[in-house]
This record gives sequence, structure tokens and C-alpha cells, in this order.
Amino acid sequence: MEFGLAALASQLVVGLSRAMILFIVCAGLSFVLGVLRVPNVAHGSLYMIGAFSAYGIAMRLFGGSSAGFWLALILAPFVVALVSLIAERALFCHLYEREHLMLLLFTFALMLIFGDLVKIIWGAEYRSVSPPALLRGSVSMFGASIPRYNLFLLIIGPLVAIGLWLFTNKTKIGKISRAAAVDREMVSVIGINVSWVFAAAFVIGCYLAGLGGALVAPTVSVTLGMDHTIIIEAFLIVTIGGLGNMWGALVGSLIFGVTHSFGVLLWPQFAIVFPYAAVVIVLFLRPRGLLKSVW
Amino acid sequence: MFRGIIDLKSLWPIAAIFIVLLILPPILPRFYTYILALIFVTSLLAMSLNLVLGHGMIFQFHHGVFYGVGAYTAALMLAKSSLPMWVGFVAGPLMAAVVGLIIGWFCVRLTRLYFGMLQISLGSLIWAIVFRWYSFTGGDDGIHGIPMPPLISSLNNAYYFILIILVICLVALYLILKSPFGSTLEAIRDNPQRCEAVGVNVRRHQLMAIVISTFFAGIAGVLFVVLERSVFPDLLFWVLSLEIFIMCLLGGWFTFAGPILGAAIMVALRTFIGIFTEYWTLILGVILILLIFFLPEGVMGYFLEGFKPHAKEVAERRGE
Repeated sequence: MEFGLAALASQLVVGLSRAMILFIVCAGLSFVLGVLRVPNVAHGSLYMIGAFSAYGIAMRLFGGSSAGFWLALILAPFVVALVSLIAERALFCHLYEREHLMLLLFTFALMLIFGDLVKIIWGAEYRSVSPPALLRGSVSMFGASIPRYNLFLLIIGPLVAIGLWLFTNKTKIGKISRAAAVDREMVSVIGINVSWVFAAAFVIGCYLAGLGGALVAPTVSVTLGMDHTIIIEAFLIVTIGGLGNMWGALVGSLIFGVTHSFGVLLWPQFAIVFPYAAVVIVLFLRPRGLLKSVW
Repeated sequence: MFRGIIDLKSLWPIAAIFIVLLILPPILPRFYTYILALIFVTSLLAMSLNLVLGHGMIFQFHHGVFYGVGAYTAALMLAKSSLPMWVGFVAGPLMAAVVGLIIGWFCVRLTRLYFGMLQISLGSLIWAIVFRWYSFTGGDDGIHGIPMPPLISSLNNAYYFILIILVICLVALYLILKSPFGSTLEAIRDNPQRCEAVGVNVRRHQLMAIVISTFFAGIAGVLFVVLERSVFPDLLFWVLSLEIFIMCLLGGWFTFAGPILGAAIMVALRTFIGIFTEYWTLILGVILILLIFFLPEGVMGYFLEGFKPHAKEVAERRGE
């Protein structure tokens, strides 16, 4: 098995850019898990809605123009946030007192509903989104040609991480939601409306799912079923990182993305086995995740 | 030995249902016979999960893997080996139990959600191997047209075979739950610390429960092969595992027969809504939400009011 530096570098970039997408999705999942204590199975469906909305805005409304893409990148996550806000205020917020497994059941029902709504609105065909002119083509580095779009993802990922860090540490609502994650009763005792904190946390988490979906759209074929693949990966990443820990989501995503891309180099047929094996090893060595969990 | 374990009076309705199920196939159209048989298989699967989930509070998140392993083992034996056919039927559940032992051995070190997550990752490993190993498992195409012994090759005979195995398994599960082992398992569910303090080996009991439950899941897998004569990797995919989990919650996981009801509801809804509209998951989702809002204790829990205090009590203890 021989592979040169070029193949190694290009796979590394592919793995890292995949990790950035995973991180954005997982950070949202982890945030919801930390604050609401709900394993949101519908998170993957919101990611899918994000990808399809990006397709709808960029390709249908703007015919694949560059401006359409940038607009989709901004608007699609808001579409997802709006959908999640409606679901939260209309249904979910009445269930917080229930047992956690019932909440899991509820998010499963949401997953079923969202999946079919996507099918009704956009159909079951494979869709693709073309990246804007600026990010088309590739640049050559270390003798490998690396798609510009992947480099763009490598820039966006850390930006989102910094933004999230600023949000959770520097803004009032961020601080309140962190406090609610640790001790929700105490938060409500000092006169904060926990129900709205939960709503805000849920919507922000889902916004990130939508952002991940919009960002991934140009790199994959947008299709039904992409929700099922992402959500299981996201749950595993969040677990190995430490439940509710944003940096844990980043570490977990890097492990998952990079092991997968090196799996492609080593043994393409069984590439998908590598990240799962990595998760098994991590969980076996550190059962509670790599970083501190809020649970 | 059964005295005191089985209440004869409550046996009458069950016997009546059994007799009705016995005389149905010649009367029913083929399609309904098939659906009933599918409900039986799914019921056994959900019951096997509930042994560890409802009675042991072990978050077996990837139960589908053992179902799939049982089905694939039987299918591979029947389709690709020249061994006598019954070997495949026996090997399915045994293989599922062996995989259950291995995965369980790793998982019982962790608790709750972490247990479930480790199991999902281990299970996904197996799924990924089955999904990609084209030369052996047929990859994402699966294996189709698996030969069956002539005795159970017709649909009606397969129906009777599945029904009889189901009844035997249900009796066995019931006896296991009423045995000292079953009581210990429920005691561990209600208070693991106290059980440990009085000298119960919690992990070993949990591991044993997992092995038993995966064995029955393997039987369900074999029965699936008998009914469908094909296997495909979706049997091991986590979506199916989640569905089984949901069946237990939906039917009422603190009751013995709740999962059967949950399985019947899921299979029936899927089939009959599927006839009218392509968008059956949408309607299934809406129905699930209605059930969550109006029947919080699960469907079975709603009918068996007596279980309510117990279910709540356990739920409260868990919520600590």
C-alpha cells in the first residue's frame, strides 16, 4: 500500500473539512443536549432541511448564481430555525415535564414528519448545489489539488467555533443557557423564564444544524436519507467529546472526520468502519467522553 | 411448578386470542396473513428488547444488530452452506447471543446513555462490515431467495411456524421474568446501589439479561428469514433499533405485553397508511405525537391503570 504526500495531504483536507461540517452540526446537538437534556433525534432532519433549503434558494430561486449561494448560506439556516421555533413553541414546550424517553419518542416523531415534509416539498430526487464562482475549482498544495470549497470550510469551521464561544461566554442569553444546563431549578428560582431559555437554546442548536446542512450542500448530493447518516455520527461524536461540551464536539468531529478520510486511504471498501472503531476505542478508554460532560 | 406463576383466570383471554389466530389464515386473504406474521416477528423482537429495557433499565440502543446477526447467520447458512437446514435455524439465535455476549461484555462497564452510545458504535461497526462486505453478505443488496425447508415454505405454514415459536418464546420470557433471576433484574432496575450492597453481582446479571435478550432477538431474526426469505443491511441499521425502542415505549415498557401492542401498532400503521399514501411516515409521526400527548403512560399503560403508580414511581426514581 503506497501513497505519497500528495494523497495524504488531500485526504487530510477532505477529512478536516468534513470534520468542520460535523462540528457545526454536533455543536448544535450538544448545545440542545446540554441545556434541554433532550437527545434530539430530529437534529439530522433539520440538517437535511437546511441542505434542501439551500438547494431551493440557490438553485431554484437564483438559478445557481453566486449571489444565490451566498444568500442561501445566510437564509437557509434561518428557515431551519423558524421550523424549529414553530415545533418548539407549538408542541415541544408542553412536554418538558415528561420523562426523557418520552421526549426522545417525540423527537423521533418529528424526524418522521420532517422527513416526509422534505419529500413532499422537494421530491425524492438527488439534488446538487453549485458553489459560487469564487469557490469553484481547486488550488494545488503539496502537489495535490485541493478543492477551494474545502478550504472555505476549513475557514468557516473555526469561525463558527469562535462565534459560539463568544456567544456562550460573553452574551447574557449564552450565560443563562449555560447556567440552565448546570442547574435549571436555580435558574428559574432567580426569576428567569426557563421555558424561553429552552426555546432559545433549541432554536440556536437547530440553526447550527441548518447551517451545517447549507454548508454541506455543494459537496454532496442532497437527498433523502442524509438525515439518518448524520444523526448517528453526530450522537457518537457528541458522546465521545463529552455530552454538552462544545469543544468536545470539535475534538470528536476531528477524530471522526480524519479517521474516515485515512480509512479511505488505507482500505477504501471498509472506510466507514474506521471512525466507528475510533469511537469504540475512545469510549472504552474514556467512558464519559474526552472532555468534561455537563451531565 | 406453574402454580402461582400463571393465573389460570387471566389465561382464558390469551387462549381465546391464540385460538382465533390459529383459525385465521385459511379465512384471511394472503396479505393479511403476511401482515399478522410480520407483527408476530416484530412483537418477539420488541419483547426481547423489553426484557432488558423495561425490566432491566438497560439502554440497549442498538438491538437491531442482534436481530440482523440472527437473520444473516441463518440466511448465510441456508443459502451458502450444504449443512442440514435446521443447523441454520439453531445457529442464528446462538450467533446473536454470542455477539450479544461480546458487545454486552464491553457495554456493561458503562451505564445508561453511555452504555447505549457504546453499543451504537459497536453495532454500527457490525452494520458497516455487513454493508460493505459484498463478497460474503451481498453488501447493500442483501441476500434474496433463501431456500426454506418444504414444511414451512408456504405462507400459511410459515405463519403457523412463526406463531408457535412466538408462543413458546413468550412463555419462556414470562417464566424468565418470574424466576429469581427476573426478580433480581427488576430489583437492579429499581435500585442498583442497594442490590450491589446486598451482594448481587449487578454487571453479571445485566450481561446475562443481555445475552438472553439477544438470543430471543436472534430467534426473531430467523423468523424474519422464514417469512421474507431475504435479508438486507437495513436490519442492522440504527433506524430499526430506534423503531424497536419506540415500540416498547409506545406499548408501555413497564408492562409485560406492552411491546407486543407497540409492535402491532407500528407495523399495522405503516402497512395500512402505506396503502393509502406514500407519505405514511408523516401520518405515523402525527399519530405518535397525539399518543404522546394523550396517552403518556403508553397504550398498554393506559388500559392497565394498575401499572400507573408503579411506572410513575420508577420514573421518579430514575429522574433523581
